[in-house]
Amino acid sequence: MALHFELVTPARLVRSESVHMVVVPGTEGEFGVLEGHAPFMSTVRDGVLKVYRSENGTPEDIIVSGGFAEVSASGLTVLAEHVEG
Amino acid sequence: MASLKELKLRINSVKSTQKITKAKQMVAAAKLRKAQAAAEAARPYAQRLAQVMGSLASRITVSENSPKLLAGTGKSQVHLLVVANSDRGLCGAFNSNILKAARAKAQTLQAEGKTVLFYLIGRKGRAVVRREFPKAVEAEFDTTSVREPGFAEAEAIAKELVALYEAGKFDVAHLFYSKFRSALLQEPTTQQIIPVPAPKVAAETSGAVVEYEPDEEEILAALLPRYLRTQLFGALLENAASEQGASMTAMDNATRNAGDLINKLTVQYNRSRQAAITTELIEIIAGAEAL
Repeated sequence: MALHFELVTPARLVRSESVHMVVVPGTEGEFGVLEGHAPFMSTVRDGVLKVYRSENGTPEDIIVSGGFAEVSASGLTVLAEHVEG
Repeated sequence: MASLKELKLRINSVKSTQKITKAKQMVAAAKLRKAQAAAEAARPYAQRLAQVMGSLASRITVSENSPKLLAGTGKSQVHLLVVANSDRGLCGAFNSNILKAARAKAQTLQAEGKTVLFYLIGRKGRAVVRREFPKAVEAEFDTTSVREPGFAEAEAIAKELVALYEAGKFDVAHLFYSKFRSALLQEPTTQQIIPVPAPKVAAETSGAVVEYEPDEEEILAALLPRYLRTQLFGALLENAASEQGASMTAMDNATRNAGDLINKLTVQYNRSRQAAITTELIEIIAGAEAL
């Protein structure tokens, strides 16, 4: 019951871990991704990505810009050009 | 025959040259490791993006309404050759190999009656291209201020290219750089970057219907410039690794050659020293006998 989450920038692989949920600031509104999400692709506006490690934990904020998110059977992959935090 | 003193000087000068080439070789070896690591770190992003582009491109048909970066301008009259070179020398045939590939392409295109323009990245190619194609240099990108080309440079280059493209300065752009195979082998590579060729990655057919937000075409339009940046970034990294590899090999050869030369000169030096001593001895003996 964990979501595999990867955050990749051109320079390196920033994150590759199992988390509970990630809230992604999509161009057409934020969306949360849990395990078993339907296949989905969206562009990401510049903003804050919230990573929830556990169900009730406080989210970890990652600022991304120039991003793109892809949800597939293997998990969530966020491609971003710049990442902070 | 050179005098003893001249030989001695010569040997010393070759020795100091050897020291320089040896140092440069070691520096290149250290930098190569770093450049290789950087090139490897960039691979996941490029692969993912290519996959996404591939699956998107297979879904939409290229029409006149498609983004210009994908569909092209409809002509192929003006070709822009983006040539990535290094800023420093002492790296063997690295730069001239890339330039050779670019020159061959330029001549073929010119023979077909096309207009050829150049966009030069790095310092080393400028003189050669200016000499051979005096009026064809469209722009130059300076990388001398940074130690290693990074994503910021790739972004800046892509921005300039897209601006030129949108201003209608060229129809097709080709990128020339050197692909890193190993420290001994670098391959000059040509790649079309504008219009963006659809990546030949077989789209995974997982069977599941993928939802897009916004729709496919908008995503594709957003991803195209990003894809171009990634391609340029990848090329810059490959180039950096190739440069260090070429430099290492060239300097290794130079150091070995200098060693051979020193040995040869030392033998010559010893011979002439011995000859001089023998002559002196003969003179003394002859003088003594005459008394």
